[in-house]
Amino acid sequence: MSDVKNYVLGVYDDEDVLLKAVGKLRATGIKIQEVYSPFPVHGLDEELGYKRSKLPIAAFMFGMLGTTLALVMQIWMLGVDWPMIIGGKNHIALPDFVPVTFELTVLLAAFGMVGTFLVSSDLKPWKDPNLLDIRITDDKHVMAIDIASNKTMEASAIQKALQESGAVEVNEKSREE
Amino acid sequence: MQVEATVRKPLVTGGKTVHDVTNDICRHVEGKPTKLWTAAFGISVITLMIGLVAVVATLWEGIGMWGLNKTVGWAWDITNFVWWVGIGHAGTLISAVLLLFRQKWRMAINRASEAMTIFAVICAAQFPILHMGRPWLGAYWALPLPNTFGSLWVNFNSPLLWDVFAISTYFSVSLVFWYLGLVPDFATIRDRAKGIRRIIYGGLSLGWDGAARTWSRYESVSLILAGLATPLVLSVHTIVSFDFATSVIPGWHTTIFPPYFVAGAIFSGFAMVLTLMIVTRETFKLHDYITIEHIELMNIVIIVTGSIVGIAYITEFFVAWYSGVPAEQYAFYNRMQGPYWWAYWSMMTCNVISPQLFWFKKIRTSIAATFIISIIVNIGMWFERFVIIVTSLHRDYLPSSWAMFYPTIYDMGVYLFTFGLFFTAFFLFAKFFPVINMAEVKSIIKSSSEKTAE
Repeated sequence: MSDVKNYVLGVYDDEDVLLKAVGKLRATGIKIQEVYSPFPVHGLDEELGYKRSKLPIAAFMFGMLGTTLALVMQIWMLGVDWPMIIGGKNHIALPDFVPVTFELTVLLAAFGMVGTFLVSSDLKPWKDPNLLDIRITDDKHVMAIDIASNKTMEASAIQKALQESGAVEVNEKSREE
Repeated sequence: MQVEATVRKPLVTGGKTVHDVTNDICRHVEGKPTKLWTAAFGISVITLMIGLVAVVATLWEGIGMWGLNKTVGWAWDITNFVWWVGIGHAGTLISAVLLLFRQKWRMAINRASEAMTIFAVICAAQFPILHMGRPWLGAYWALPLPNTFGSLWVNFNSPLLWDVFAISTYFSVSLVFWYLGLVPDFATIRDRAKGIRRIIYGGLSLGWDGAARTWSRYESVSLILAGLATPLVLSVHTIVSFDFATSVIPGWHTTIFPPYFVAGAIFSGFAMVLTLMIVTRETFKLHDYITIEHIELMNIVIIVTGSIVGIAYITEFFVAWYSGVPAEQYAFYNRMQGPYWWAYWSMMTCNVISPQLFWFKKIRTSIAATFIISIIVNIGMWFERFVIIVTSLHRDYLPSSWAMFYPTIYDMGVYLFTFGLFFTAFFLFAKFFPVINMAEVKSIIKSSSEKTAE
């Protein structure tokens, strides 16, 4: 299913100009599809109105899963399945189980969170990034505005607004999605 | 808008623009290898091959090839293991702890030090695996699997098993942290490349497109990974120290071990980072990214951790004397005055005295002095582990079993093998991966470069 979308692209070379531009354009009612940057720009997600990521919750859940699995494993193996007296300790010597429980908590939290991140952001090997501008990964911030989703505005009006907001270049580009 | 205090020195010098960062770092990945790199890589591979002979001999004949005896059953193998694991602490410390403290100077050095961490942990793992004698039969014993005679499980009360979990978790989490940091930089290389290189880096970059939504998630993932890695890095050397501290050998049975080992690990890790970064800085001409400021800050960490280690040595002594336990008192007296006095005093000189030279600004801002002291520190840290391990073991409970440890050529060969492995891996990394985290350095160009300081 290929769907061609037409974008107006605003190219910025300064992150602070970009941040102000995002706020200004959104205030005038322009819907910004996405902003692409070569490096993380702090505060950009808030300016774009993105909600805070729920990934920390995923990390916590995976961490709890790790804690539970580690405790169940150790208690079952040494306490239930084959109890042995080791060094005169209880079969279920909880203080001794702390290190492995901690490590498995961290392991599952880290891998679970990163896995969730890769799936939710659809990052996978050999995926075509389908970049709107090749300089995104070098030194330019590119703001993409989908013409179709801004019905109230002409493409030329969007271009003018981008130029006024401090874009060093304004282009139009279509992309198959 | 990020604003940096005017009293801070710029972290990127030479009036670099964002585009310059891409060019400067990608150049080494894209260009032909320099003569210096080829020579260094060649020497590393030769070292690896020579060391491999000792590894094969150990596997073929058994660990009787090493100098171990009935009294000293642990010597160079565990010394080298702890030494490499210790070195492997700086990478994650730099990228995780310094990220939590918002120390921006980490950005120029975190990539290479994380790589160093991963390679050092791989080197460390060689020793316990080889010490199994027949690792193809033994390596899986450490996993929680039932044995062949029934469901007899691994002993979760043993610090050696905790070590298996700690080291493997540390290795895999560090690897993920490192790789995640590399993804945006691989995308930069991908978009400049053609042909086979484009396919390889295209695969590695996971289709990264720099969208603000992805960056936002990426930042929260990095922050949480840093939060997870911080207690992890502290736990790993704590658990390594438990290998000794939970035993009843005089000289090992001390509660000071966990913090003392962690401080020692950071100390030796930073020293190794300095050694490697100075070499990388010179060979790849990265003077504008790894500045004297970076080196000075790392040297300050060396003074702090070196002093902690020094205080730990003295505390150990005091506690041995104050405990009134003759065996404990003898163990420490024997370290200083016994047959291994030279190892003890080498350790004291290298670890306690040499880092104190960094109190002089001239010394801590001198590349040559830093390079020499960073190597001295790692020699000292090797002796520290040797002293703890061998001097505590060589005087057994019965004087009739007192012995000395003499390394054989195979002990040395296996150690050499890990050096070969470490440097081969590091040079491959330095050639084919971006040695500096481009995306992070780009984000501070505006606030912390020389241009803005003017």
